[in-house]
Amino acid sequence: MSEMTYRDAINLALKEEMRRDRSVVVYGEDVALYEGAFKVTRGLLSEFGEERVRDCPISENTIVGVAVGAAMGGVRPVAELMTVNFALLAMDQIVNHLAKVRYMFGGQLTVPVVIRMPGGGGSQLGAQHSQSLESYFMHCPGLRVAYPAAPADAKGLLKTAIRDNNPVIFLEHELLYNSKGEVSEDPEFLVPFGKAAVLREGSAATLVGYGRMSILCLQAAQLLEKEGVSCEVIDLRTLCPLDGETMLASVLKTGRAVVVEECWRSAGLGGDIASRIYERCFDTLLAPVKRISGLDVPMPYSRKIEKLCIPQVEGIVQGVRDLLAQSY
Amino acid sequence: MEASLRELLSEGELIEFYRQMVLCREFEESCAEQYSRGEITGFLHLYSGQEAVAVGCTAALHKNDYILSAYRDHAQAIVRGADPKRVMAELFGRATGICKGKGGSMHLFAPELNFMGGYAIVGGQFPIAVGLSWASQLREEDRVTACFFGDGSMNQGTFHESLNWARLWELPMLFVCENNFYGIGTEVHRASAQSALHRRTCGYDIPSEKVDGMDVIAVYQATKRAAEWVRERQRPYFIEAVTYRFRGHSMSDPAKYRSVSEHEVWKSRDPIPNLSRRLLAEGIASEAQLDEIRDRCTAQVEEAVQYAADSPWPEDGEVWEDIYV
Repeated sequence: MSEMTYRDAINLALKEEMRRDRSVVVYGEDVALYEGAFKVTRGLLSEFGEERVRDCPISENTIVGVAVGAAMGGVRPVAELMTVNFALLAMDQIVNHLAKVRYMFGGQLTVPVVIRMPGGGGSQLGAQHSQSLESYFMHCPGLRVAYPAAPADAKGLLKTAIRDNNPVIFLEHELLYNSKGEVSEDPEFLVPFGKAAVLREGSAATLVGYGRMSILCLQAAQLLEKEGVSCEVIDLRTLCPLDGETMLASVLKTGRAVVVEECWRSAGLGGDIASRIYERCFDTLLAPVKRISGLDVPMPYSRKIEKLCIPQVEGIVQGVRDLLAQSY
Repeated sequence: MEASLRELLSEGELIEFYRQMVLCREFEESCAEQYSRGEITGFLHLYSGQEAVAVGCTAALHKNDYILSAYRDHAQAIVRGADPKRVMAELFGRATGICKGKGGSMHLFAPELNFMGGYAIVGGQFPIAVGLSWASQLREEDRVTACFFGDGSMNQGTFHESLNWARLWELPMLFVCENNFYGIGTEVHRASAQSALHRRTCGYDIPSEKVDGMDVIAVYQATKRAAEWVRERQRPYFIEAVTYRFRGHSMSDPAKYRSVSEHEVWKSRDPIPNLSRRLLAEGIASEAQLDEIRDRCTAQVEEAVQYAADSPWPEDGEVWEDIYV
């Protein structure tokens, strides 16, 4: 084990998988010579060379389509879209092709593709560079969706994604790149998909998060502990497959659930998760499921009002207090 | 004065061109009939009139070269070697179909033949073809990727992105535009600022040429030269095959935007009689031989229809198969 950042954990996963399997290639805008807009691909070009680490033109739709074709041709591409916002330019290849070719061609091929996308809000980048689009990908059958919160999971999930024969949308939060944690240096350290992590055990309420929201949930739980409120924190780790069992077992135990989503509330993934909780835990719930979501607005620039639009620790703490004050 | 066919190809090859074009025509006309009977449903885009392009190009490519196409893909798959029985079963939506009945007319796929799919989002196949070609480059395979597409798709962003990328990465690709002059009902000059389509590749430094897409020999020769050029230089090339579809865009299109006289001019250039006339004139085949070939194709297509009609429907559980590995 060694302490490293979320960024370095992802970097290490890429290097280890490229060393292990020559068919793994990395490409994207500014990933080679420039070493990535967020420096996630630092050192890759010098270690693996221009054949396997390539810069490409600013053509997001084609970046994804090239991954589909390369995978069909026997390569295991890991493509980077500079940010998740630009995935909207590639939605044709993501939704109409990447997610569907295996099915519509009758299972005659596999599509071992990873599309990495940094995203999320909170850096004052304005309406077009601050989006949280995880629900879009989760909505589409055929895609796997991973969104790590901790550095160890960033490494372990990415390695699993690269070895998986399904298309994986791998979401990374821009504000987590510098966060630190203990990470295994074992090149066979993998984190399975579809297995949520219980970040903290508790008895009064279950906080469900993913990506940066899991970190906020953990911070909220620490503050609530000082008030004598014991919260369990579930980090989903992958949104597809979604580990319903771990989450529902927790809610059955605590009787209360707070779902924290960074995306817009309307048709956001929190609604889907809440409905799963209602379907299975209705009789044992002590209060309605609480959703804490991004506001349904385009992200404003000014930091004073930007933070109103993204879930905050204080909001989660207050949400739990409200939940405890309610009872059926 | 046209060159003698025998100087260009063997008798066997020439007769095979004829057989393949007739098979495709018979297949497509039979599809139209099965559509009117309700056996084939959904979208159905027929290739009748364009046969010289699929037949001439495919013959000039190597077996391990990749071929991709759009949604007018029956002939491309069959010429490549797909079993007409299993293609027809796919159109009937049966479990024995080439994609288990899950793809349909627009999504044929036969990786064992290096036929890498029919795609139904206009221009969707361009980036995928680039990716396949990159994979061959990385794996040091001697393989050209031939990407077929219609004139309409040249106005999609993927066309421009992919041509730029293919040239930039020096990929061994052959782009084949089947210019049938209409994107559904919009004539090419109403959609493309430059209606000499082959001239549109200059911005990507990709050489190009225009060929008579109603003449299978011309298509074959152009493709052969082009594919050799691509193989030797490991760079992309572009062919515009000028052709015509004798039917509407799909079965729901009566093609009222085209004049009868225009249609008649193109019908007079039908690639099948175009070749058979020359085969007869040069004594390569007799009327009786050609008739026999036609009868065999008709019988083969009838057999395909029977096979499809007799095939089982997919099991209900099949809906959940093949989404994930």
